[in-house]
Amino acid sequence: MRSESIIKPSSLKMGIPNLEAFSNTLQNLAESDNDIIVVTSDSRGSGKLVPFGEKYPEQIVEVGIAEQNLVGISAGLASAGKKVFAVSPACFLTARSFEQVKNDVAYSDNPVNLIGISSGVSYGALGTTHHSLHDFAALRAVNNITIICPADNYETEQAIMFAAASDFPVYIRFGKKPMPFVSESKDFEVGKGRLVREGKDAVVIATGETVFPALEAAQYLEDNHNIQIGVVSMHTVKPLDGGLLKELAKSYPVMLTVEEHMVNGGLGEACAAFLIQSGFSPKFKIMGIPDEYTITGSQVEIFEHYGISGRGISKEILELISL
Amino acid sequence: MTEIELKLKSLEYRKKILRYIKMASAGHTGGSLSCTDILNVLYNRIMNVNPQNFKNNERDRYIQSKGHSVEALYVVLADQGFFPEAELETLCKYKSHFIGHPTRKVPGVEQNTGALGHGLALSVGTALAAKLDNLHFKVFTLLGDGELAEGSNWEALLAASHYKLDNLVVILDYNKLQITGPNAEVMNLEPVIPKFESFGCSVRQVDGNDLKELENNLLDVPFEKGKPNVIIAQTVKGKGVSYMENTLKWHHGVPNDQDYKLAIEELNNQISQLQKPQLHEK
Ligand SMILES: Cc1ncc(C[n+]2csc(CCOP(=O)(O)OP(=O)(O)O)c2C)c(N)n1
Ligand SMILES: [Mg+2]
Repeated sequence: MRSESIIKPSSLKMGIPNLEAFSNTLQNLAESDNDIIVVTSDSRGSGKLVPFGEKYPEQIVEVGIAEQNLVGISAGLASAGKKVFAVSPACFLTARSFEQVKNDVAYSDNPVNLIGISSGVSYGALGTTHHSLHDFAALRAVNNITIICPADNYETEQAIMFAAASDFPVYIRFGKKPMPFVSESKDFEVGKGRLVREGKDAVVIATGETVFPALEAAQYLEDNHNIQIGVVSMHTVKPLDGGLLKELAKSYPVMLTVEEHMVNGGLGEACAAFLIQSGFSPKFKIMGIPDEYTITGSQVEIFEHYGISGRGISKEILELISL
Repeated sequence: MTEIELKLKSLEYRKKILRYIKMASAGHTGGSLSCTDILNVLYNRIMNVNPQNFKNNERDRYIQSKGHSVEALYVVLADQGFFPEAELETLCKYKSHFIGHPTRKVPGVEQNTGALGHGLALSVGTALAAKLDNLHFKVFTLLGDGELAEGSNWEALLAASHYKLDNLVVILDYNKLQITGPNAEVMNLEPVIPKFESFGCSVRQVDGNDLKELENNLLDVPFEKGKPNVIIAQTVKGKGVSYMENTLKWHHGVPNDQDYKLAIEELNNQISQLQKPQLHEK
């Protein structure tokens, strides 16, 4: 069973990288709003913002390789009325600049939009320094910041437009490889998970680039085991959609979460804590990157290695169901 | 090793850097080529470190702060016998220990780097430990010019000079380029020498692609008693391959078959040029 062949590529429309959907959306926004300011830390190229810089040279600020400075300066700009997008690799933005995020952005309520590019294990074999497997956990522990991890181009565009219009801090993280559209419905709303596929036997709550492999697993289980799996794109990791979680727990006996994040402190633990405190105890499994020295490989190889694939997710669901 | 042999080593290192970057389909080409000569002199002429003494606390230390130029480090470590060179064929491949930034899973690597702006503080701590224990080893660290925008470097320098770490050698790979463009356009660094001097360092400026000049200056350490040593190594990004030199795209460009062939031809030509006069002398 090759996970790539579970869903025929034609059945889901292919998009561009979320990274490019982000930079296109930002350009569109800047066209009619010269308060939009992009701040970069030698990350203009990695952020696909070279065309933005050429078109709106007055609306891009470069701070050099200095991520703490990036977030501090962004907070200052935001305090003076600018609509700021601070763009840097998610690993540095949420680790190096963590105190600036906590104090200067979140605590001080400066509405900076933090854009974590090449998040999760997008940097593959560049290794742990370049992975952001901690960002949900770190930022979930900070008051006053919305955390969004879009699955496809549509969710990315919507998240960026939401951030531009919001007057509070937002963190959005995504990867750099082309993503298929996970649904045709136009029902994105920050704070509300999207049920992108209905089922009855189990539900997979996924986020970002793990929604697609969850859909692959659902298709495989339907085709081969006659098992119906629901799939949720839980693009907003915080605030968590508790209403939806309760509904899911009532209708699905088996729940599995999957995220491009360490299994500690991310979406899975957030869902588990919410459910247990709401009186639910479904069969439950958290999938993600385990708490170990991450294996070397490309993003795809790392996903496969840790079972974040149609095959891996199917296997876990079959095991959970048989318990 | 004669001076010519040392020069040949740099050229062989460059060929290998390109070979393994090509095999991995990934790498930081320009920065690895700019610091090749620095690593060559450090490991073959200056430092007291080898596979035999690597567990010995009195060995000299090399901490590569600009971790992305890892290919240069891996190639030199293989040449020093820390591991068989063939292992580099797995660079960046599934399950390999050879990831795209220095990792202590690889024999000979002192510290895990890759996020810029960490190596100097690590080096200050290591050099301070030497002073505390009255050990005589030296600590060498290599920084990128773009990297100097990280404030952590300047915090570490304050401490280096506060603790009078004349056993610390900071080498700046001053190739004037970073990812987005020239430092001067991205975040101006100049005047850099007075900056280091005002932080209490003893500063020298050298041609960082001139082996003899590098060696002579490194042998002079400590430049002044009680002061951290700083070497501003004027280098060329992409050094040794004409079309890569001073060219932005080669920061992390990977050569295709044609690029690779051209690059190896150029380096082979430089090798034969070096070997010619040697034959006449005999
Ligand atoms: C903290 C951090 N921010 C950003 C990066 C991404 N990055 C890798 S190399 C590089 C440019 C480095 O330029 P420079 O220091 O001049 O190195 P060199 O020219 O020698 O390659 C950047 C921004 C990083 N590795 N670490
Ligand atoms: Mg440079």
